[in-house]
Amino acid sequence: MRGPFDKKVEESPNVTDQTSNPASTAESDRSYWKANVRLIRISLVIWALVSFGFGILLRPMLSGIPVGGTDLGFWFAQQGSILVFLALIFFYAWRMNKIDKDYGVEE
Amino acid sequence: MDQFTLNLLFVGASFALYIGIAIWARAGSTSEFYAAGRGVHPVTNGMATAADWMSAASFISMAGLIAFTGYDNSSFLMGWTGGYVLLALLLAPYLRKFGKFTVSEFIGDRFYSPTARLVAVICLIVASTTYVIGQMTGVGVAFGRFLEISNTSGLLIGACVVFAYAVFGGMKGVTYTQVAQYCVLIMAYTIPAIFISLQLTGNPIPALGLFGEHQASGEPLLVKLDQIVRELGFNEYTAHHADTLNMTLFTLSLMIGTAGLPHVIMRFFTVPKVSDARWSAGWTLVFIALLYLTAPAVGAMARLNITELMWPNGTDGEAVSVQQIADDPAYDWMATWQKTGLLGWEDKNGDGKIQYYNDAKAEMKAKADANGWQGNELTNFNRDILVLANPEIANLPGWVIGLVAAGGLAAALSTAAGLLLAISSAVSHDLIKGQLRPDISEKGELMSARIAMAGAILVATYLGLNPPGFAAQTVALAFGLAAASIFPALMMGIFSKKVNNSGAVAGMLAGLIVTLLYIFLHKGWFFIPDTNTFTDADPLLGTIKSTSFGAIGAAINFAVAYAVTSMTKPIPNEIKDLVESVRVPRGAGAAQDGH
Repeated sequence: MRGPFDKKVEESPNVTDQTSNPASTAESDRSYWKANVRLIRISLVIWALVSFGFGILLRPMLSGIPVGGTDLGFWFAQQGSILVFLALIFFYAWRMNKIDKDYGVEE
Repeated sequence: MDQFTLNLLFVGASFALYIGIAIWARAGSTSEFYAAGRGVHPVTNGMATAADWMSAASFISMAGLIAFTGYDNSSFLMGWTGGYVLLALLLAPYLRKFGKFTVSEFIGDRFYSPTARLVAVICLIVASTTYVIGQMTGVGVAFGRFLEISNTSGLLIGACVVFAYAVFGGMKGVTYTQVAQYCVLIMAYTIPAIFISLQLTGNPIPALGLFGEHQASGEPLLVKLDQIVRELGFNEYTAHHADTLNMTLFTLSLMIGTAGLPHVIMRFFTVPKVSDARWSAGWTLVFIALLYLTAPAVGAMARLNITELMWPNGTDGEAVSVQQIADDPAYDWMATWQKTGLLGWEDKNGDGKIQYYNDAKAEMKAKADANGWQGNELTNFNRDILVLANPEIANLPGWVIGLVAAGGLAAALSTAAGLLLAISSAVSHDLIKGQLRPDISEKGELMSARIAMAGAILVATYLGLNPPGFAAQTVALAFGLAAASIFPALMMGIFSKKVNNSGAVAGMLAGLIVTLLYIFLHKGWFFIPDTNTFTDADPLLGTIKSTSFGAIGAAINFAVAYAVTSMTKPIPNEIKDLVESVRVPRGAGAAQDGH
């Protein structure tokens, strides 16, 4: 998956080379944190969209899409949101572990 | 073999397993007692956390809540799972990096304030103690029903078993016992659901069966269910009737509360690395989702089964007769549960039949008058019996019922142990080592942790035997406290380098006090009946019920913390360094050396 985070990753090898220098470590840590916060923000938008959005507030808009005797909003409220939450946590863990390595901050 | 022997066999075997694990996994150091030596594999930890999290409420009550309300109670499903996204993204990895043993310790260090730590400890103890009462009463009820002994002896047996593995094993013993308890409870939950889904829809996966075809009528299951509950004057199952604002806030409060409950957060201290904390949160949700994806199917299918049992000739035909309830083995469960006082019926119009319908609905009046009905005759159906009675309602074999008994006990015991562990580490690590005797030796601390655990079990047992009148209300209190005080403090501690000691303390107190006030105004001061000024049917603020207020309490906490911070002294540089180090996984192993 290529997303808005890929740009940061490409810059980073350059930064990790200089970890011996405290000033540039701080600089690298700051952009690592920015990459993390951006990933969190995107994930939380999806988190809110599937639960509060599709499951509750936007349900009337989805009422035209039938799913097994009811509509898509009901499915999101009782099944879909949970499945998306799962996908989100694993996506975040996978993506962050990769970002950790790119910035050389993994354990 | 009769049902009683089967129940005894299943419950006895599961208890023997827990005790065996307790003997194998004894804790030898404080690190093992508080954090299982930080050597727990993320998948194992996920399974244990899932058992820790899924309480008697998830196992016993949730499907019943959904069954009798339908779509409107989807909040529980989204709220109690969505919190794990917050936990995985906003808290768990950083708190693992911080590398200490308790949630309050992080708050105390990050806000360089013993007061902040003390406020956190008090919230933690109040939230965990109120929560544990419900688990202990749940143990008593499950024992009382399945082993035909008194609730009191049941509760005492349960307390002794928890004592055995929690006091000696600490987090290490609790973690491995919880893995076993998870296996028992998930089998107990899904096996009956698979049977019932096969009976009704022919689909072995309940989550798919819910959206499948009702084989008897050839219509989709949910269409059939909507139709029969509508004909009896109840709200349509899949329709949205709840107030949207309140439903949204309630879901959000459950999510924030879940992420702020200390007994859940502390589980993520047990894994070896920061990256493991991220994976482990995902695995936890996998194991929780197995139950939570099944629960709505259990609810809908049980509702359909019960309604059809009450109206064996369809909703236009004759209702079930009193005679048939007494004679037909398919109705035996009704007599069994009537004895517990949780199920009741009364032939009000004396026609020898039991009419189950919604007599509060105006449109049903005409139909009732025409047929000579004098009100709903299924007078009492406690929602909590739904999951436990479900296998009997669906006429499943006896061993399934025995398994459900063991599963209900596993759910209640595993959560009780996790909560007791949170309480004992708060007392021994935050109060005794942190405040009273900082020079205590590791051996002394381990001993005091065990004594605190034993004390907590005694208090919980006492409260379980003599539950205060407000026991049912206190879960709202636990979530309110976690959402309004603990979650915002932790999040600001990680994501802000500005919020200082005064800001954090003021924010936590403001969130806590306003939330408590709102709960007390609606539920009565200290839950004493009739001291409330408002009711949840007609709340103080618009449509916002007291159970939905946690999210607003959290917002108040954030706002006050930032406002007070901007007026007081900025945070010292070493705390800025602490925040920076928490944000980066590098060097997490070294952080444990402080102990």
